[in-house]
Amino acid sequence: MRTTLRALFVGLLAAGFAAAPALAQDKIKIGFITTLSGPQGVIGETMKNSVELALDHLGRKMGGREVEVFYGDDQFKPDVGVQVAQEMLKKHQVDFVAGIIWSNVMMAVSPAVTEAGTIMIGTNAGPSPLAGAKCNELHFNVSWQNDQTPEAMGKHLQDQGVDDVYIMAPNYQAGKDMLTGFKRYFKGRIIDEVYTKLGQADYQAEISQLRAKNPKAVFVFYPGGMGIQFLKQWDQAGLRDRIPLYSVYTVDEISLPAVREAALGQWETRYWSPDLKNAANQRYVSDYRKKYGKWPVFYGAQSYDGIMLIDSAVRAVKGNLKDTKGLVAALRKADFTSIRGKFSFNVNHHPIQNFYLLKAIKGASGEMEMQIQKAVFENHKDAYYKDCKMKW
Amino acid sequence: MRAHLRLTVLVAGLVLLALVPPLAAALNQPFYLDLLRRVMIFAIAAVSLNLILGYGGMISFGHAAYLGIGAYAVAILAYHGIYNGFVQFAVAVGASAGIALVIGAVSVRTSGIYFIMITLAFTQMLYFLGISLEEYGGDDGMRLARRSELADLIDLGNPVSFYYLVLGVLIAFLYLSHRLVNSRFGMVLRAAKSNEARTRAIGIAPYRYRLVAFVIAGAMCGVAGALEVNHTNYLTPNVMHWTRSGEIMFMVILGGIGTLGGPALGAFVLLLLEDLLSGWTQHWQIILGPLLVLAVLFAKRGLAGLLPGDRRDG
Amino acid sequence: MNFILVVEQTLNGLQLGVMLFLLAAGLTLVFGIMNLVNLAHGSLYMVGAYLWVAFVELTGSYLLGVLLALCGTLVVGMVVELVALRTLYEREHLDQVLATFGLILFFNELIAIIWGRSALYTSVPPWLYGHVELFAGVRYPMYRLAIILVGLAVALLLWYVVARTRLGMLIRAGASNRTMVSALGINIRLLYTVVFGFGAALAGLAGLMAGPIYAVQPGMGELVLIQVFVVIVIGGIGSIRGALVGALIVGMVDTMGRAFLKPVLGSMISPTAAEAAGPALASMLIYLLMAVVLALRPQGLFGGRGG
Repeated sequence: MRTTLRALFVGLLAAGFAAAPALAQDKIKIGFITTLSGPQGVIGETMKNSVELALDHLGRKMGGREVEVFYGDDQFKPDVGVQVAQEMLKKHQVDFVAGIIWSNVMMAVSPAVTEAGTIMIGTNAGPSPLAGAKCNELHFNVSWQNDQTPEAMGKHLQDQGVDDVYIMAPNYQAGKDMLTGFKRYFKGRIIDEVYTKLGQADYQAEISQLRAKNPKAVFVFYPGGMGIQFLKQWDQAGLRDRIPLYSVYTVDEISLPAVREAALGQWETRYWSPDLKNAANQRYVSDYRKKYGKWPVFYGAQSYDGIMLIDSAVRAVKGNLKDTKGLVAALRKADFTSIRGKFSFNVNHHPIQNFYLLKAIKGASGEMEMQIQKAVFENHKDAYYKDCKMKW
Repeated sequence: MRAHLRLTVLVAGLVLLALVPPLAAALNQPFYLDLLRRVMIFAIAAVSLNLILGYGGMISFGHAAYLGIGAYAVAILAYHGIYNGFVQFAVAVGASAGIALVIGAVSVRTSGIYFIMITLAFTQMLYFLGISLEEYGGDDGMRLARRSELADLIDLGNPVSFYYLVLGVLIAFLYLSHRLVNSRFGMVLRAAKSNEARTRAIGIAPYRYRLVAFVIAGAMCGVAGALEVNHTNYLTPNVMHWTRSGEIMFMVILGGIGTLGGPALGAFVLLLLEDLLSGWTQHWQIILGPLLVLAVLFAKRGLAGLLPGDRRDG
Repeated sequence: MNFILVVEQTLNGLQLGVMLFLLAAGLTLVFGIMNLVNLAHGSLYMVGAYLWVAFVELTGSYLLGVLLALCGTLVVGMVVELVALRTLYEREHLDQVLATFGLILFFNELIAIIWGRSALYTSVPPWLYGHVELFAGVRYPMYRLAIILVGLAVALLLWYVVARTRLGMLIRAGASNRTMVSALGINIRLLYTVVFGFGAALAGLAGLMAGPIYAVQPGMGELVLIQVFVVIVIGGIGSIRGALVGALIVGMVDTMGRAFLKPVLGSMISPTAAEAAGPALASMLIYLLMAVVLALRPQGLFGGRGG
């Protein structure tokens, strides 16, 4: 029994290593890193789905050559992210590395990728160092710079002349960045700035506190499960109809099905929404719904764009992936049809794009949806590009 | 002959590890160098935990804190322009030992679940402290300014040299562990674990011995932390989270507590399985979970315990 | 800081404490009587929430869903005990930790496979929706008030069972000296299974009560697990009374800390320093509390044999 167990383990390990894939030299290889396991896996799932849809739309080919995507799971840990990136670079020898949800994973992985001479296409995290002083020729970001989204909300409230705002976020780097971005454009009076524990489930204490201060508006950042909990409890506290709630990354197509009417009337700012009217987006949204039966969410939309961007660059260099300079030049041109309409890169390889005010409404089908109300920023640049030394 | 089977397997394993770089070069699979290097770093952490967990019977849920302290020591020094590896590692060891002394002085007085919770509490506090250090990246962490410079002796930028350094440290710590455990000091530790009352009865107070073991284990883990931050090239307070402590504990338990090579074996099996399984399916946890349960149910003394070994190894 | 706010926060602390108690009671019983460290207790909490959602959908009735979910969690608990945990009673705590950790991975993934990783939609039943005007202008959500009442009722029920029934006597005897109880001819194995099942049902109750106000998603149990361990350590292992007192203390301290620490700090040191220190300190508060309790009374408030 014992020897059999031992042999089994050794055999398993050997088999695993022997299964190093033998790849056809012709294929274009992309390594896509995201979080696939654990509670955050739901985000990675939307990204992977969109990547697959993009590949379907491209016929699984870029510039005439077949494409193979390797998915890696960073388990929400920077060191695992680096290990996965190393596996893609050294074992699978990918031509591009893309993806990454979390800023800390991105900060660890991007240098590892760019130092190996490979191009990194970030499709979610946009930490400020990589948009500023640490910008890199081989690092591109197709989503946004982290501060842009709350900046838009700050601007909107500033334009509305709202005063006496109460702002809340979880006590971690992203939370602080969101409130910093908000305050960059909102110059009105902030009644209180509250940081809650990361992963906290119960906000009743904070809601009671808030109500006692009687703010005219509330701005929050509560991603994932925290957002769902906050929204439900906010609604049950009877505040939904009394105090307008503004947020970023809190109400989206992932959390809406879990909260439904509790989010009715809530405001968000985002660079994209499923109802954005352009041909590429309409195709993406309808095909996504057909294939997966759910609404696509912005994490996926960015990933879709990321694949399309890579495709445009591959076609521009006529498939010659050794021509890194050519690839960089092609990527900079961003000559592809983005799901957000117009798309261009700033000097720091981060997007210049519009930001819209969204409202959670009940759609025609009775389901909850996000609807664009108006544009808050047009061709908005991030706040860090001046620190980037790249010129082109 | 049979009695030394465990030791033989351990030595064979180490030899195999030493052969990995030339093999990897020959087969053109440089990734395995990185993978195994990371595994070995965690094996070092597991070996250090085994000292207090396996031999001392002290279930510390806060051991990952020292990974963090070692990493922070190196990263903070590098941030301020001190790249000398010898200085950095010395500070890593010193800081880990110092903090282990403080935490240990308070915690070692307790035992059982209370010891677990106190070490857990301290780790959480260190984790929250790390998150609040905005200068050093907060919870986003920060890139290592430059890899530790070991005075032209060993270039950490060279994957193979780095690999052999880590392997060397692992072997050194295994040896250190072996000598400690089989010394008079180690005997007192093990005696206190197996029957504290009797140990006291012969006039030995275990507290001092346990505290010393706790400090040594912390210092050893600090070295692992210093190596880890060089390996990932990135500092993150994530490594101090109590779930990481749990992972190191699982490596020790899986491999076999109180055995010499067990923790290292546990680290290898757990991390390699994770890498392997996550390549197959995103639902790899549903396979790993039951495997762990089965390992506990059927390998009563851990995986290393499946092999007959020298009784001195515990 | 006004009177109404303080009353509200007190109620909030009470409600949090009651939820923690439901989880802690089961865990401390299992630990105290069977000497089993069960990390997978949070998974039973999760199972309770998911079963409730499933049964409500199936039957259309909130109360029926609660009943069926409780029974379901009881059954799941007993099955887990029979299949996976029986052999662990004789093993060291460490082995139990590893095995139950394996169970956590298994359950989380199983739920993710069956229901997906996205959070499920849940809502407060319409007849518990809204506010209740208590006194002096204090308005409190009805659902949370219901949680407090249910929790206190369960506490009372547990006390009655443990102190006044034969089963309770067996439980207390088993905690004191299980060999003797077995020697007296009691089927100790059956007792263990029943106790574990009850602990599971309590966890499931906490889970389904949390369902409407928290996010129901894989891994929801682990977020609250560490607080539960803090509670049973403060209260003393094996003591239900300790679990109640410990839970209420932790609930209060945590809530009050989050609500009032920053303003209180702000009046003592500079407001900007309080901005940073307040939230950090508030998160550490329950650990500091635990350290203090253990320093003064190492076996917990009501710890020791039996309790």
